[in-house]
Amino acid sequence: MEICGLRAEFQQLLDIFDPAEFEEHQKGKHKPTSLPEQVGRETFKVLQETRALIAFVGELGAAFVHAFLNPRQVRWKDAFFVAETAGVNALPIIALLSFLAGLIIAFQAAIPMRQFGAEIFVANLMALIMLRELGPLLTAIVLAGRSGSAFAAELGTMKVNEEIDALSTMGLDPVRFLVVIRVLAVLVMTPLLTVFSDLVGVIGGSVVLVLMGYPPITYVHQVLSSVDYGDLVGGLFKSFVFAILVAGIGCLRGLQTKTGAMAVGESTTRAVVSGIVLVIITDGIFAVLYYYLGI
Amino acid sequence: MQSSITIWVSEPMSVFQDTIIRVENLTAAYGGTVVIENVSFDVNRGEVFVILGGSGCGKSTLMKHMIGLYKPRSGKIFIDGEDIVSAEGDERLRILRKIGISYQNGALFGSMTLLENVRLPLEELTDLPSQAIDLIAMMKLKLVGLKGFGNQMPSELSGGMQKRAAIARAMALDPDILFLDEPTAGLDPITSAEVDQLILSLTHNLKVTFVIVTHELPSIYAIADRLIMLDKGVKGIVAMGRPRELRDHSDNPRVRQFFNREAGSGESDSSFTTTDGDARMEK
Repeated sequence: MEICGLRAEFQQLLDIFDPAEFEEHQKGKHKPTSLPEQVGRETFKVLQETRALIAFVGELGAAFVHAFLNPRQVRWKDAFFVAETAGVNALPIIALLSFLAGLIIAFQAAIPMRQFGAEIFVANLMALIMLRELGPLLTAIVLAGRSGSAFAAELGTMKVNEEIDALSTMGLDPVRFLVVIRVLAVLVMTPLLTVFSDLVGVIGGSVVLVLMGYPPITYVHQVLSSVDYGDLVGGLFKSFVFAILVAGIGCLRGLQTKTGAMAVGESTTRAVVSGIVLVIITDGIFAVLYYYLGI
Repeated sequence: MQSSITIWVSEPMSVFQDTIIRVENLTAAYGGTVVIENVSFDVNRGEVFVILGGSGCGKSTLMKHMIGLYKPRSGKIFIDGEDIVSAEGDERLRILRKIGISYQNGALFGSMTLLENVRLPLEELTDLPSQAIDLIAMMKLKLVGLKGFGNQMPSELSGGMQKRAAIARAMALDPDILFLDEPTAGLDPITSAEVDQLILSLTHNLKVTFVIVTHELPSIYAIADRLIMLDKGVKGIVAMGRPRELRDHSDNPRVRQFFNREAGSGESDSSFTTTDGDARMEK
């Protein structure tokens, strides 16, 4: 390549540039990576990620044991604050989603079921679907979107600003200091939010049947006869596990943040994606497990 | 006359006879890239020790190894006689209690007020009652000239105030050694001079040892007792000593250039400098 007709001052700039360097840079830029190299790199990345996850689970477990043995060392004020932002402040969005989900599912189910005169069984369907599946799942997904991402962004920004380093060199363990309170707060709030979601979802479903002319008391009786405490507890147990996954992965992604503002964005995205994927996979495992256990 | 000068030079040195930090054959690397290789030096008790060098020469990396944040590839770092590299658990915590660190950007906790920032190490690492913690935290803020700013959030303060608050937090547990990463970088000359004054008053009044990473020449002349200069090419120390002596008598032309703020000469003589720091111009 040749550049001609440059103004003298720019020509001077160009002259200090060694063409060999440019060619080397271009060569390096287009250097194709071979398939084995790509496979190797990806495998190494996956192994590193697995190792980090196992180490984090261990650290978090140890930190929880420490917190349990020394409850006075837990910063309860911070935990309450997180519980408020992750829990109480999530009520409106969970209410809206659960109500609409309940309403839509009931409506979609009522149309074909009416052909068989079985529309009253929409109440049974709503009770089962909300308590066993949709309540815990909706809550976990909202949590991943709201709180998992917020944890990743908060911790990520702290990492970029060297605040995590400052904690470590003060002799304070970031997992014990930052992660435990967040996971603890979410762990307490998620089952409560799930019960709320169950209730609002079932109420959403009732609107369809009431509009079809059934009295509300019939709906309530039908709901109560179709589910028992086992369904409720089964759903709540799932929500406990989802809470640990979503809060834990959000904090882990935050702590894994590299340097720069872009890294925080990347951590947030990874937190939400990993959170939702983990929740769905775990839900699948629970479905199989509950089937075989007869729950 | 000659001997009287020698005595004058050695007299302040006698105060620093006691070594508080010893770095032995330290090699630091990020992945496969070695940043500093086989570096050894001592820091004496009560002195202001400066680590300087051009951008990217490993100043901050060296400091982060000295405070135990990164594990070196090889070598030992003794803080008051204990090796921070191999220390773990309670031993590591005991060493960390002896040091305070102020990071490049302050690293104040953004969700806490200044007072809460300074209170934090006291709350977490001591059994003092809440009122005593408040008193100590307010005292430290006053010491750095931030009396009355305790209830402000870090984001509401200027850069200089944040750096001073970070020094106050680093001093919360009365450490023997304070590490400061670029305490005056990006500050206006007046605020820089105030931070320098603060460092001098702390070292004179409280006998705190300072290890400061900086490349601000006026600060170095104002506060440094001794310094080491790192170089990217050498991956280690190119000069060690007192700032003015190095400026006037160093054998190394790069060192003299640095202290006299001169552009490169000889091989690297150029009015243009490429991004990797090597100046080339073929005419």
